[in-house]
Amino acid sequence: MAYNWNWEIFLQTSATGEGTYLAWLLEGLQWTVALSLSAWIIALIVGTAIGVLRTAPNRWLSGLAAAYVEVFRNIPLLVQLFIWYFVLPEVLPPSLGNGFKQMHPLAQQFLAALVCLGLFTSARVAEQVRAGIESLPRGQTHAGLALGLTLPQTYRYVLLPMALRIVVPPLTSEFLNIFKNSAVATTIGLIELSRQAQQLVDFTAQPYEAFIAVTLLYLLINATLMLLMRRLERKVRVPGFIGGN
Amino acid sequence: MHEFDWSSIAGAIPLLAKGMRVTLEITFAAIVFGIAWGTLLAVARLGGNRLLGGFAAGYVNLFRSVPLVMVVLWFYLIVPQALKALFGEGLGDIRLTSALVAFALFEAAYYSEIIRAGIQSVPKGQVDAGLALGLTHGQTMRLIVLPQAFRNMMPLLLTQAIILFQDTSLVYVIGLSDFFGTAYKVGDRDGRLVELLLFAGAVYFVICFSVSQAVKRLQARYPQ
Repeated sequence: MAYNWNWEIFLQTSATGEGTYLAWLLEGLQWTVALSLSAWIIALIVGTAIGVLRTAPNRWLSGLAAAYVEVFRNIPLLVQLFIWYFVLPEVLPPSLGNGFKQMHPLAQQFLAALVCLGLFTSARVAEQVRAGIESLPRGQTHAGLALGLTLPQTYRYVLLPMALRIVVPPLTSEFLNIFKNSAVATTIGLIELSRQAQQLVDFTAQPYEAFIAVTLLYLLINATLMLLMRRLERKVRVPGFIGGN
Repeated sequence: MHEFDWSSIAGAIPLLAKGMRVTLEITFAAIVFGIAWGTLLAVARLGGNRLLGGFAAGYVNLFRSVPLVMVVLWFYLIVPQALKALFGEGLGDIRLTSALVAFALFEAAYYSEIIRAGIQSVPKGQVDAGLALGLTHGQTMRLIVLPQAFRNMMPLLLTQAIILFQDTSLVYVIGLSDFFGTAYKVGDRDGRLVELLLFAGAVYFVICFSVSQAVKRLQARYPQ
């Protein structure tokens, strides 16, 4: 059976009468970008904090941070998402849980996906930040302390400025990953790109056009991010370190 | 506050075990095929042939730029039609076949990058020595470079296998009943989604955590 290609499908008015199918795709693109970028902010902040704690000279703090990383790394992203979305509202105190359930469905989906993706990625960011801090010579910490800085000050003014520049290249791949991982939000119904691809298949019966268009959009996202990150990497690289000169 | 009731898990153990078998089947098939196909891709990229190298690079970059969810959906679209064209109608449930193909081809892209780095970690003198002994390029690769490369990259290959084991839960998007899909369905059926999801998370955690600890010990015993 020959397949009837019809690329004009994207210009047709959608079944719901609101805009074209192309507009659906662009809406999906917006949600994918919004979700990934905001989750990335959470991942960077929480990940840096956990990464610092892992190197802290206190067994309780570093142990706690290590446990955090292991939990988020050893449970599949999909399971984590379902736990945030289905389990947490049930086990939270009713005032909070019901508050969540009374929100707009789209807000519920976005919030659950945002927290899930942010914390999932934060565990990976934490590992990179820890590796970055540990790659610095120990003498840097000692020098900072010998100068009379407190330990937090040593982190703030000596270790982190260096470590964060060193970890930019490995963080690039995590940044790309967060966009790909955001597609998992389709399972709870968030209308990001992959969801829109499936919707288009259901509404237009033109699966190949829909999938090809969405795949191209993901490739476009990937290429754009790669270009931006290469620029950033060149700007922040540390002379004398691997990748620097 | 939610009243926990874990009783529906015990009765669902046979179903969950069946789901776990599907999960393991996809995982192992993707590991075996992914490493085999990934090795060929890596060798093609490092070899002299520009056409083969270009194909391998394009393949790897394409698969690595697209979300796994989309890859699974793509193959659920393509595989049934390809099978229909090959064998005619009436093949029954092809979701498992689609998932197997999707994961095998997807993982090959990731394995190929690990293997490429592993091959590059072998000192160039080893290749020269092999060639000087009168071995052909193929023999040098097979008998000298690859055995050393695989030893070096064992920890990374195993770590990737843990990630793959977790990622197979994404067959949820095509409605295949793997371990996670089964847990979800049982929870939905019994109105015990909270308990079943927490149970599934705990099972994944115990398995992945123990394997990753074993990998760490292996790494400590055989330092690079």
